Amino acid sequence: MKTEAIKELLYKMADDLLIIGHRNSEWTGLGPILEEDIAFSSMAQDKIGQSQALFQLLHELGEQEPDTVAFMRNANQFHNAQFLELPNGDYDFSLMRHFLYDVADQLRFEMLANSSYEPLAKVARKVKGELKYHVFHANTWITKLGAATEESHVRMQTALNDSWNYALGLFEEGPFEKQLAEEGIFEGEAALQKRWLETITPVLDKATLTIPAASTWEPKLGGRNCFHTEHLQPLVEEMSEVFRVDPSAEW
Amino acid sequence: MYGNAYIDPNEKANGILAGEDPIKLKEFENRIARGEKIEPKDWMPKEYRKQLIRMIEQHAHSEIIGALPEGTWITRAPGFRRKMALMAKVQDEVGHAQLLYSAAETLGKSREDMTNDLIIGKSKYSNVFNYPAFTWADACIIAWLIDAGAIINQVANAKGSYGPYCRALDRICTEESFHLKYGHDNVVTLATGTPIQRKMVQEALTRWWPPIMHFFGPSDKISQHSEILMRWKVKMASNDDMRQQFLNMYVPKIWDLGLVLPDPNLKLNEETKKWDYTEPDWDEFKRVINGGGPCNAERLAVRRMAEERGRWVRKALLNKSEQYVTPLA
Repeated sequence: MKTEAIKELLYKMADDLLIIGHRNSEWTGLGPILEEDIAFSSMAQDKIGQSQALFQLLHELGEQEPDTVAFMRNANQFHNAQFLELPNGDYDFSLMRHFLYDVADQLRFEMLANSSYEPLAKVARKVKGELKYHVFHANTWITKLGAATEESHVRMQTALNDSWNYALGLFEEGPFEKQLAEEGIFEGEAALQKRWLETITPVLDKATLTIPAASTWEPKLGGRNCFHTEHLQPLVEEMSEVFRVDPSAEW
Repeated sequence: MYGNAYIDPNEKANGILAGEDPIKLKEFENRIARGEKIEPKDWMPKEYRKQLIRMIEQHAHSEIIGALPEGTWITRAPGFRRKMALMAKVQDEVGHAQLLYSAAETLGKSREDMTNDLIIGKSKYSNVFNYPAFTWADACIIAWLIDAGAIINQVANAKGSYGPYCRALDRICTEESFHLKYGHDNVVTLATGTPIQRKMVQEALTRWWPPIMHFFGPSDKISQHSEILMRWKVKMASNDDMRQQFLNMYVPKIWDLGLVLPDPNLKLNEETKKWDYTEPDWDEFKRVINGGGPCNAERLAVRRMAEERGRWVRKALLNKSEQYVTPLA
């Protein structure tokens, strides 16, 4: 039972990282300035590497090899939040998603650095150091673009509005919340969401951006239970395209 | 990665020193002959500046355009190891563009002007990137052999006369040497893999051989007025010499893998100690470099779209009234 709970936690985190890493990597060669191509590529590399580390933990708990699990499933076997599979859109949406997700992820790994499940705590202590720079990057750009020109302000506010309910879907609760908290493995999605709101609010204030009114909040749920938008299956097929050319081969 | 600067053979070679101060010119040439580097604020002939801008700019454009055919394989790379390595490689190439644009800017042309000249089709970039990377194996052949060719060119140019370009090239060559290993490892995996993988890599090699032979530029027989550029150490080796060096280093390695090169005349001439080969189709080269290749329109359209979609971001960065934010470093 405890292993099942840990697997559930690991799967959603690993899939979040794999899918956002994939989306970030799509900016390679297409960013608004060269420096941003490079930045998104660095973050993509970190995230894919972090997801690999978590798939490795899953492998140690009896799941298949990281390459097999990551590259050979169908969309209806993925546990990522729907937010992360949405297409990149323009830089405004990509940047806003980067900010909202990375702050949540950094806080999640900070909480996990003290997890009673030591293999995960060990990974978390390393990952949170990398995420510090991702959040630094996001904060810098959100603050800059939120308040620079009228166009950039409108674009960033629109991106925030469009992202909001999807971002709330990051904190979709799983079946093992209580058990994970009691065992000291993970404090829980509700606690994480609370910290997340406290952290993003001052940054958005500084960027002159407004969080949508609480009465309009409708979290986009389902991702954790493998319900996805139409955007995930093509992404997964693309990811496994070369593998499928000859599944018996070493690549 | 980059081949050799393309010089339009129809460009007039006469009168390029017209109006230059003969004393300053003599001193300039003496410095180069002594092996000194020319730095941004130093005196230099107009033609030297012009040729260097053109060359460094072409090189920078080649790096960002070159990121496109390989970049499309990042999202499809088979497995964590290949995906991470390819992301890092393509990121390096974009980083090279950044280094090179800044080297060219020291000569007085802004990155924005260079980008504009690229997307309106005025500036050239390496011709090889006007060909598509149909399969994963194409991306592997590019990473091995195009990067190998680029290293030959760049190691030579790193000994040139313009300081900022040489220093950028030193850094670039270090990274390219890892790309070469990455590409070689991939090609070896495919060439020693399953029948499907072997077929895939052979087909990619066959497709890429003509562009690879074009990579170092037209034959010395038809490439003119490079004498003064070689004296000024702008151009460090002739196109044919670099092509020979490439064949010498890589044909045996390709044959070792049991792969076939699509040129029945390719062999090492025991008398001359040089490689004989079928003369590449230079009309095809000219047609492609002037916009008629399979991907020219697509490559520029992608760059244009990226520029267009990113305009609001660059505009916002230039806004003087922006709030103070913590510096990045």
